[in-house]
Amino acid sequence: MQKKKNHGKTFAGLVAIVCFLAVVLVLDQIIQPTDSMAMLLKVLQKASVYALAAVSLNLLTGFTGLFSLGHAGFMLIGAYTYAIFTIEPLQRDVVYQYYDAAIRVSFPQMLAQHLGGLGTVLGVILAILLAGAVAALLGWLIGLPVLRLKSDYLAIATLGFAEVIRAVFQWGKLGPVTNGSNPLKSFVRINSFKLTLGGTTLSLSTFVPVLLAVVCIAVIVLLINSSYGRAFKAIRENEIAAEAMGINLARHKMLAFCTSSFFAGVAGAGMAMVLGIAQANNFKSAMTYEILLMVVLGGIGSVTGSVIGATLFIAASEWWLRGLDSGTFLGINAPDIFRNGFRLVVFSIVIMIVVLFFRRGIMGDKELPDLFRRRKKTPSKAKGGQSHG
Amino acid sequence: MAKFFSVLLPYILSGISVGGQYALIAIGYTMVYGILRLINFAHGDVFMVAGLFMVYMAGSMPLYIAAPLVIVLTVALGFCIEKVAYKPLRTAPRMSVMISAIGVSYLLQNLALYITGGLNKTYPDIPWISDNVQVFGATTKWVTIITPFLTIALVIALVLLINHTKVGMAMRAVAKDFETSQLMGIKINNVISMTFVIGSALAAVGSMLYFSNYPGVVPTSGAMPGLKAFVAAVFGGIGSIPGAVIGAFVIGICESLIKGLDTIISAFVPGYAALELATFSDAFTFALLIIILVFKPTGLFGEKATDKV
Repeated sequence: MQKKKNHGKTFAGLVAIVCFLAVVLVLDQIIQPTDSMAMLLKVLQKASVYALAAVSLNLLTGFTGLFSLGHAGFMLIGAYTYAIFTIEPLQRDVVYQYYDAAIRVSFPQMLAQHLGGLGTVLGVILAILLAGAVAALLGWLIGLPVLRLKSDYLAIATLGFAEVIRAVFQWGKLGPVTNGSNPLKSFVRINSFKLTLGGTTLSLSTFVPVLLAVVCIAVIVLLINSSYGRAFKAIRENEIAAEAMGINLARHKMLAFCTSSFFAGVAGAGMAMVLGIAQANNFKSAMTYEILLMVVLGGIGSVTGSVIGATLFIAASEWWLRGLDSGTFLGINAPDIFRNGFRLVVFSIVIMIVVLFFRRGIMGDKELPDLFRRRKKTPSKAKGGQSHG
Repeated sequence: MAKFFSVLLPYILSGISVGGQYALIAIGYTMVYGILRLINFAHGDVFMVAGLFMVYMAGSMPLYIAAPLVIVLTVALGFCIEKVAYKPLRTAPRMSVMISAIGVSYLLQNLALYITGGLNKTYPDIPWISDNVQVFGATTKWVTIITPFLTIALVIALVLLINHTKVGMAMRAVAKDFETSQLMGIKINNVISMTFVIGSALAAVGSMLYFSNYPGVVPTSGAMPGLKAFVAAVFGGIGSIPGAVIGAFVIGICESLIKGLDTIISAFVPGYAALELATFSDAFTFALLIIILVFKPTGLFGEKATDKV
């Protein structure tokens, strides 16, 4: 009976996700770049990337209890890997202005020669997977020494590693691969995702990043609900008790760390895709802090919370609070106060209020479907048991 | 030998100077960590705000009023941050407090961005210490020479305060055992406020010395020195003041030598093609952090870990 119910729930969730994707696809067609609602698409694109990054950080912080601050570093690796392997071959020498490009492989181009349009798609997917894989490999290497550390030492060590990665990618001697401190450009970005079906062209520029995020987050959710996920939660609650129950701490921590790095790498690739530029200087520790604040805003230990947190964060900072920067907000015109940067000040005050007074964030450790479920009868039972004792 | 000396000396001098400035910041980290077990991520930004205070104040009043006022304002800022952002979370899990610290850091940076408009604010020339001076044939600023002496003087004063006054004794007690010292009648909140006051005051002094050597202050200019000072505190053994100072000097000198490594090597190895090793001056600090954390997590002078199961 219980199992049947669960199946029903999964089905309802799937339907909701498919409906959401369909709505995004439709919005992608009807909103033109010049519309006033074009901001909605931009927010969706960016929010989906950040949502993935936030969920992957939450896998570490919220579900495994590892406080890692190296996320920007892994995203940087993902962004660069994706960019390097999808740069348009004809543009490569223009991009690598000052260096002689060492890697001259472009997956979409290579596969398109044999498979046509399908090859381009496969090439992009391959580049995204490679971005994740490289990030995960590096996560494994970094994890070997740092995962022995606890709480704040782990935070500082991962933060340090992220800075080291950033420095290495900007190193002039690696220029032939990373283009030194210059940005990578001219790779496959979301604007080029189009589907031509019998004369009509469907724009997929918002649909693709959203789909990418949905698929990846679904995989993370499956992992969290598996026996591994239970082991992660056990480690979060009490390492020693978890070890006593036969959970291999080192192995599970490493698994969580590598998975998180993998999806951070994918999110980095997504970010490169959305922004159309990959530059090491953008992936500072401030980016990790922002992602962490999204996780906190949504609730540490809630996947849907992280998604909501990231969406609200991006929508507020990119769209709703825009007016605070440009003179007029809610009809109040005060250019002296509402000038450049005020938006971020208001925003960080809101964040501080959440951190101080609503420590559980929007969702706490609950998921969105939990809110629709009727309250179970077990709590009252437990109460009865207590009065007995 | 003479060549060795003349090539290395400028880098070592500037390294000692930067090290002294890091030391003044590192003390703030190490004292707060010793008592609250909190990495005060906002400390680097307090340091940056102290720099901005000086920029705005020096324009409207003479320096001998501005400098003490900057210290007072920075102290007030550190005090308020503790009262507003950390005190309500005293019983919360450590992660929440750390997130709050990150939030404060985010807020201070954005506030600075708003007020300065993101522009580079030129740091005022402080008479005398910004003047040039010749040391063993190397040209440098007076600030480079006085920083290590001033740092050591301040550290000695601080150590005396901690070892020989009632407040210092309370601090040591709280750092040893938070709850027991509370039961012994120590006013925990006063001790913690005092820690933040001392840390912020030293950060303000450090910022005057640090920014005199740099062209200006931007909202993010506190982040890197802050992180490095924290690494220094970990390197020397967190909670130990002499350890933080020695760690800061080691990091400052190594960083400065790495910045000049290409020049130094090419002076001794003919035909050396520059490897642009200066890129790694920041990375080195973190590599050092990771090495020390893996091999000796308690740092050079740290006490044995007392983490209870």
